[in-house]
Amino acid sequence: MTFTKISSLAVCAAALAAFGAGSASAWEPTKPVEFVIPAGTGGGADQMARFIQGVITKHSLMKQPMVVVNKGGGAGAEGFLEVKNAKGDAHKIIITLSNLFTTPYGTGVPFSYKDMTPVAMLALDQFVLWVNKDAPYKTAKEYIDAVKAGTDKQFKMGGTGSKQEDQIITAALERVTSPKKFIYIPYKGGGEVATQLVGNHVNSTVNNPIEAVAQWRGGALRPLCLFDGKRSTYTGKVTETQAWSDIPTCKESGLPVEYQMLRGIFMPSGVKPDEVAFYVDLFKKVRATPDWKEFMEKGAFNDTFMSGEDYKKWVAAADKTHFDLMKEAGFIASGPPPAAPAAAPAAPAEKK
Amino acid sequence: MEELNSLFQGFAVVLTPYNLFLMCVGIVLGVIIGVLPGLGGANGVAILLPLTFSMSPTSAIIMLSCIYWGALFGGAITSILFNIPGEPWSVATTFDGHPMAQRGRADEALTAAFTSSFVGALFAVILITFLAPIVAKFALKFGPAEFFAVFFLTFASFIGMGKGSPWKTVAAMTLGFALASVGLDKVTGTLRLTFGHEELLTGFDFLIAVIGLFGIGEILSSMESGLKFQGAAAKIRLNAVLTTWKTLPKYWFTSIRSCIIGCWMGITPGGATPASFMSYALAKKFSKNGANFGKGEVEGVIAPETAAHAAGTAALLPMLTLGIPGSPTAAVLLGGLLIWGLQPGPLLFVEQKEFVWGLIASMYLGNFVGLIIVLTCVPLFAAILRIPFSIIAPVILVICAVGAYTVHNSMFDVWLMLIFGFAGYVFNKLGYPLAPLVLAIVLGDKAEESFRQAMLGSQGDLSVFFSNWLVGGIMGLGLLMLFWPVIAWVLEKATGRTKSAEA
Amino acid sequence: MNHDDSADDGPSLVSNRIVEIIVALLFLLCSTIVIIDSVRLGFGWIEGEGPAPGYFPFYIAVFMAVASLATLLQAVAGTIKDGGASFVSVIGFGRVLSVLVPTLLYVMLIGGLKIGPIAIPGLGLYVASGIFIALFMIVFGKDHPLKALAVGAAVPFVLFLMFEKWFLVPLPKGPIEAMFGF
Repeated sequence: MTFTKISSLAVCAAALAAFGAGSASAWEPTKPVEFVIPAGTGGGADQMARFIQGVITKHSLMKQPMVVVNKGGGAGAEGFLEVKNAKGDAHKIIITLSNLFTTPYGTGVPFSYKDMTPVAMLALDQFVLWVNKDAPYKTAKEYIDAVKAGTDKQFKMGGTGSKQEDQIITAALERVTSPKKFIYIPYKGGGEVATQLVGNHVNSTVNNPIEAVAQWRGGALRPLCLFDGKRSTYTGKVTETQAWSDIPTCKESGLPVEYQMLRGIFMPSGVKPDEVAFYVDLFKKVRATPDWKEFMEKGAFNDTFMSGEDYKKWVAAADKTHFDLMKEAGFIASGPPPAAPAAAPAAPAEKK
Repeated sequence: MEELNSLFQGFAVVLTPYNLFLMCVGIVLGVIIGVLPGLGGANGVAILLPLTFSMSPTSAIIMLSCIYWGALFGGAITSILFNIPGEPWSVATTFDGHPMAQRGRADEALTAAFTSSFVGALFAVILITFLAPIVAKFALKFGPAEFFAVFFLTFASFIGMGKGSPWKTVAAMTLGFALASVGLDKVTGTLRLTFGHEELLTGFDFLIAVIGLFGIGEILSSMESGLKFQGAAAKIRLNAVLTTWKTLPKYWFTSIRSCIIGCWMGITPGGATPASFMSYALAKKFSKNGANFGKGEVEGVIAPETAAHAAGTAALLPMLTLGIPGSPTAAVLLGGLLIWGLQPGPLLFVEQKEFVWGLIASMYLGNFVGLIIVLTCVPLFAAILRIPFSIIAPVILVICAVGAYTVHNSMFDVWLMLIFGFAGYVFNKLGYPLAPLVLAIVLGDKAEESFRQAMLGSQGDLSVFFSNWLVGGIMGLGLLMLFWPVIAWVLEKATGRTKSAEA
Repeated sequence: MNHDDSADDGPSLVSNRIVEIIVALLFLLCSTIVIIDSVRLGFGWIEGEGPAPGYFPFYIAVFMAVASLATLLQAVAGTIKDGGASFVSVIGFGRVLSVLVPTLLYVMLIGGLKIGPIAIPGLGLYVASGIFIALFMIVFGKDHPLKALAVGAAVPFVLFLMFEKWFLVPLPKGPIEAMFGF
């Protein structure tokens, strides 16, 4: 394991940084920065990364250009493995979605959040239970009751990918509808899932807000409940009559399921603290722009920022949660078993 | 006539010298991207994006969408000249385009390709202009079963086409399917056929297979028969465009059929690749020169190019109204929309009227400007073939290596490309057809995915493929294509009785 | 696109029939690999997941096996079309190798190679391309070395501008580029 090597490198780097503390000569990228998206085009992560690229360029927040590349092969494994193998490369960052946790467990591909340096959490993405506007269900309770009353596997749930966040939520819902189950049908991207619901090819979806908002505004879809502990704080009207804050939480509707997805930034391991600091600072600047606020509201994101130790702890906890959820749903790959996550965060690589 | 009004307002927005200049920049950049395998629309946007913030959203999207048109035009150039398709939808263009170039008719092939691209795009834009709302609704009817039916139709129209051994056709096609299934299975999230190798996680990329099978394979074949491209002594004829244009009108029926196939596939959104393959297969089946296809028949260039461009253009409609990009380049345009705060969806046509009609107007103008630019360059492109083989061959090999490397930034892919190259050389000599192989690599995983989604939804009931008029109709058409040789035979023997063979 | 062998290329290296047999056997090998992995993945129906991951590849591989067996039998029995004809002449194949081998060396030069204790450092794509183009021109085209050097330098330089500077696509670089700070 190269872990000791990384941490010893980090110690050296930390010592160097401490030595030069106070000097204003902060690190800056010297060549174009590659922004990896471990997902295909058009999905939530892709939209956010391309938006960030636009904001950085528009406000000239970085001297070097930023190049966005989609590496979504193997449920994101392609992108994560590239960052894992680019040790010490400070010109490469990656945006994550839940496949940071789900892909290694679901497929057995050897990588984990410990192979990368956490930079910052940008936001938490919400999930909403959607049905077609022609469906008779006005509340989540009515829908779940219908599932319970129906025959087994009568209702189809559309979602993005297999054994990933959408299917995890579906598995959690099935605990409530038990013994009745959904047929979970995986599609390539969130936009496709929303369209399949509009076309009545599935009965419901758990799309992210930004993936389905256009269809909601267009009057084609109806949100039933939000998979969060509390309602959204965005009160601006999205449709004629409704705001994000008008969507009840699933808990209110008698569905005790909560799930949120990390939208965060990671770097390869073995990078220096001042290099991490540059990106933390960069994303703080991105978040300060009015464009960002507008984007957050449009997608009803939970606008939370974290970096450093807090972020590391959060990631470790989220990893544990995903392992437990997936284990319960039987989604863990049968191949080479990935090590069960430790409850405590790994030795930090950038501790000062 | 509300559409016409809006359209003319759109033209008023677009027709400024500044916007026309931006169009030219976008097209030229797009052609370069289309020519060089390894560059994609994302790279073009990376360069242009900083510039676009000083412009209005309409100007910016004009420039970005012109990259898209340019790339569509550009894909045909390397296919015809060097047998290297830079994009999946250019593969079918190589079948007759490259043989034409080998016979010294590169300029005719290029002119026919560019002109039919323009015709296809124009047809699709007119459709978008007047039928956008109806057409957008049609796309919603497509669930997994319908998608599978479309892929089935594409494959079916390709079977029974070759003259060679049917066993070899089956072997080539199944090899393509097998290669396409390497990597992560999207339906269950299981790794298949990777045997623990990280390089295989992402599967076999189409581009690597095609650069090897077609590009490298072609160079090896040329080497064996002496140091030159056969008959590549292209004369530079400045009037080639005009003389070719004179011959094009007689293929009007092929054009219209290809336009319809293209628009239909673009909207559904099956995409430009099945459109070009299907259109080529149908043209071969129904043309009276069908037997000459593959040897350098102009009709075999017209059909796939028209359909690919019509589909590429029509694919913008689901992107605007549903937010589903039909191709990576369309996805880049989608990213552009989001940066300017425009949310694709059903309301875009209502809330952002000026922008949408500006974009549609720029589709007309962008394609027109693009056509003029690429046509003026036809003699120039054709002249590339006059460069001695000892220079052009290593340069092509270098460009192939670059193209293969950039797909996943990995040297493994470059080695893979060489293996495909040798395989392409051997297959060619033994009469294993490459077209079904490539078709299966490109569409195999999509076909499998929609088949399994449909089976999952119906819980294993095959009748889902005949559950309504739409999917049943497409499947029926597919079966008709599959058994066409039998049907044609029966038709010849006893006219009047066709239905029995179909079932 | 079949290139007819010129009659004056001397004796045949190998007949079509032999190559047909080899290729059919390779196809059989390929289908065996696919079938083995499909059986591991399962090729039936999985409750809740629909057709198992191995379902599609399994049947594909079965078709492949049947088709290549048919070709194999035809080739062995000698009834295959053009079976007796020459696949490639000695001279022709020599020409194929004369481009294939340098290309293999070229790809090796880009990324370097490590076989046991022998490690050749990679020169990067640009330098390797320059050498490849120049040597190809001198050896096959009998071009003047100066002309070959000029083309060999110009093409990588244009590629460098295009990919590294303009389109921001990093390609493999070696020690020479590193000297200039890339």
